[in-house]
Amino acid sequence: MTNYIYPKFGYLRSKEQADGIVKRHPIVVIGAGPIGLTAALDCAARGQPVVVLDDNDTVSIGSRAVCYAKRPLEIWDRLGCATPMVDRGVSWKVGKVFFHDQLSYQFDLLPESDHQWPAMINLQQYHLEEILVAKCRANPLIDLRWKHRLISLKQAADYAKLAVETPDGIFTMEAQWVIACDGANSDTRKMVGAEFTGQFFQDRFLIADVVMKADFPTERWFWFDPPFHPGQSVLLHRQADNIWRIDFQLGWEADPDEEKQPERVIPRIRAMLGDGAQFALEWVSIYQFACRRIDNFRQGRVLFAGDAAHQVSPFGARGANTGVQDIDNLAWKLAMVLRGEAPVALLDSYHEERAYAADDNILNSTRATDFITPKTKVSRYFRDAVLELAQHHAFARPLVNSGRLSVPTPYLTSALNTPDVDLAVGEMRPGTNAADAPISIAGKPSWFLHCLGNGFTVVTFGKATEKTVIEIGPLAARILRVGRDIEDSSGLLAARYGASPGTTYLFRPDQYVAARWTGFDEAKIIEAMLRATGQDSAGQKELAA
Amino acid sequence: MMLNLAPNIANPDDFYAELINSQRNLDEEQALRMNARLILLLANHIGDRKVLTEAIACARAAGG
Ligand SMILES: Cc1cc2nc3c(=O)[nH]c(=O)nc-3n(C[C@H](O)[C@H](O)[C@H](O)COP(=O)(O)OP(=O)(O)OC[C@H]3O[C@@H](n4cnc5c(N)ncnc54)[C@H](O)[C@@H]3O)c2cc1C
Repeated sequence: MTNYIYPKFGYLRSKEQADGIVKRHPIVVIGAGPIGLTAALDCAARGQPVVVLDDNDTVSIGSRAVCYAKRPLEIWDRLGCATPMVDRGVSWKVGKVFFHDQLSYQFDLLPESDHQWPAMINLQQYHLEEILVAKCRANPLIDLRWKHRLISLKQAADYAKLAVETPDGIFTMEAQWVIACDGANSDTRKMVGAEFTGQFFQDRFLIADVVMKADFPTERWFWFDPPFHPGQSVLLHRQADNIWRIDFQLGWEADPDEEKQPERVIPRIRAMLGDGAQFALEWVSIYQFACRRIDNFRQGRVLFAGDAAHQVSPFGARGANTGVQDIDNLAWKLAMVLRGEAPVALLDSYHEERAYAADDNILNSTRATDFITPKTKVSRYFRDAVLELAQHHAFARPLVNSGRLSVPTPYLTSALNTPDVDLAVGEMRPGTNAADAPISIAGKPSWFLHCLGNGFTVVTFGKATEKTVIEIGPLAARILRVGRDIEDSSGLLAARYGASPGTTYLFRPDQYVAARWTGFDEAKIIEAMLRATGQDSAGQKELAA
Repeated sequence: MMLNLAPNIANPDDFYAELINSQRNLDEEQALRMNARLILLLANHIGDRKVLTEAIACARAAGG
């Protein structure tokens, strides 16, 4: 029933399979979904050659992710693909929640102006993946291999041995590091014997993509118990190409096979849109949602990311959004380890930081799902009470939970942070992702985040140093002086960073704050850089030697 | 602040009668729905998270 034509990427026999020679690659990514493709781009951006294996030869089939948040767009911008995504998609920031036929609550995701990227865009997952694939194909460091299924993985002390099946049979390859991005049913996860536990929700959802010309505004609309779908919830989102996403909650008793039939789906949509509505079904699927996480994101030489590492219910659009942030966290660490600039132990901080974020996402998604699908009669009364009261009284509106949309989880407790010592002002605590701000470089307008992300960066306000770089062993940080290298003519950068003359920040390669001080002190910066790369004092001596 | 477990309502008999009478013509479901609204209204008025946690724990423990 779909109008979208799925591209066929085409299988190619690899030279190593043809030659029958076992090759050891620095990084092999399993799975070319949004997370595996992002992993390939980020590793390549950090100078590492990558092989990507995918058992299929096209993009994601059917109705999956729609909403991508500001932070993933910032990451994709660092990788050169946010602009085509935003151009192809639709941007939005207002959400409305209705109870019966009354508006009970409204939110605006990004009340602060002067950010480069919108709060959210909506774009079909297949379009998003096409953009990522095109970007990967244009990168000589990335070797995309379609119709390559991983069928077994064995770990040695410093590499993994992979058996891969292609239309030409089975061959063996080796990888110093494997990034497993093979989705919620990850085969790789089973091969390493990792646990993947959590909660399944006793509810079913009909997810329909509908082609129509409609005059709904570009906003997220969520109904609890609307007259057109009594007793259940409905979510409406606009996507690109006049396609709309409609989620109908069906309840646990619904029969998934029957509910998928157009003769069941069409009347539901007609009830919602009215008898005169002109629409066609693009795709329909039925889901049961779950929230689960892997026990450890690092299993020896295998690093798990995306749905292979954690699964969330989609209320809050946290799946792909958080998976992209896994990669943002992992790629620079892996590249440093491969270059010998940081100890292997740095990769344990990947688990520490991203499992912390996954737990935060799971907590938020579970709470939203519990609000949408109350587990008992009395919890349903509480839920309805919140919705009723929210129509008349402001106090109840923050309690309405139709999904708290994805925002980055700060790594406030991470061992890589240097805790604040002197009086620090503002929200940009160590472990927080850098806030963007408009700046200019040699009179040309730009954005602050464009100045970060290539390795470590020191940003200092005032005239505390003439240096342009700080080095310790193989580690280096560029120094950006506000007023010398970049201009903060609007003052927004200083405002967002609580800066006064002397204020100095150290940013990690993933644009997170590693440390901040009220003055510029090279010795402290070096210490913070070592800490942010997982080096204890023994490691420091090793580097200095 | 701590949860106040000492008598704090003037004219307790009046209050109790008002509470019970307010649900006189409601069926069980309506009364439970009203209770939910009432709890939320009162909880917001109290606001103090520590006090709310204490109250929830106290109500949950059989016999208070
Ligand atoms: C209805 C719905 C709505 C959603 N909405 C949103 C949203 O709005 N925003 C959001 O951020 N997320 C959303 N998500 C979640 C999002 O779709 C997933 O988080 C995302 O697809 C995960 O990407 P991934 O790359 O980790 O895994 P996948 O997309 O599952 O990709 C895994 C890839 O691995 C390949 N593979 C599997 N096994 C092997 C093997 N043995 N060998 C080689 N290759 C293999 C597969 O072919 C596939 O290409 C939604 C999900 C659903 C179901």
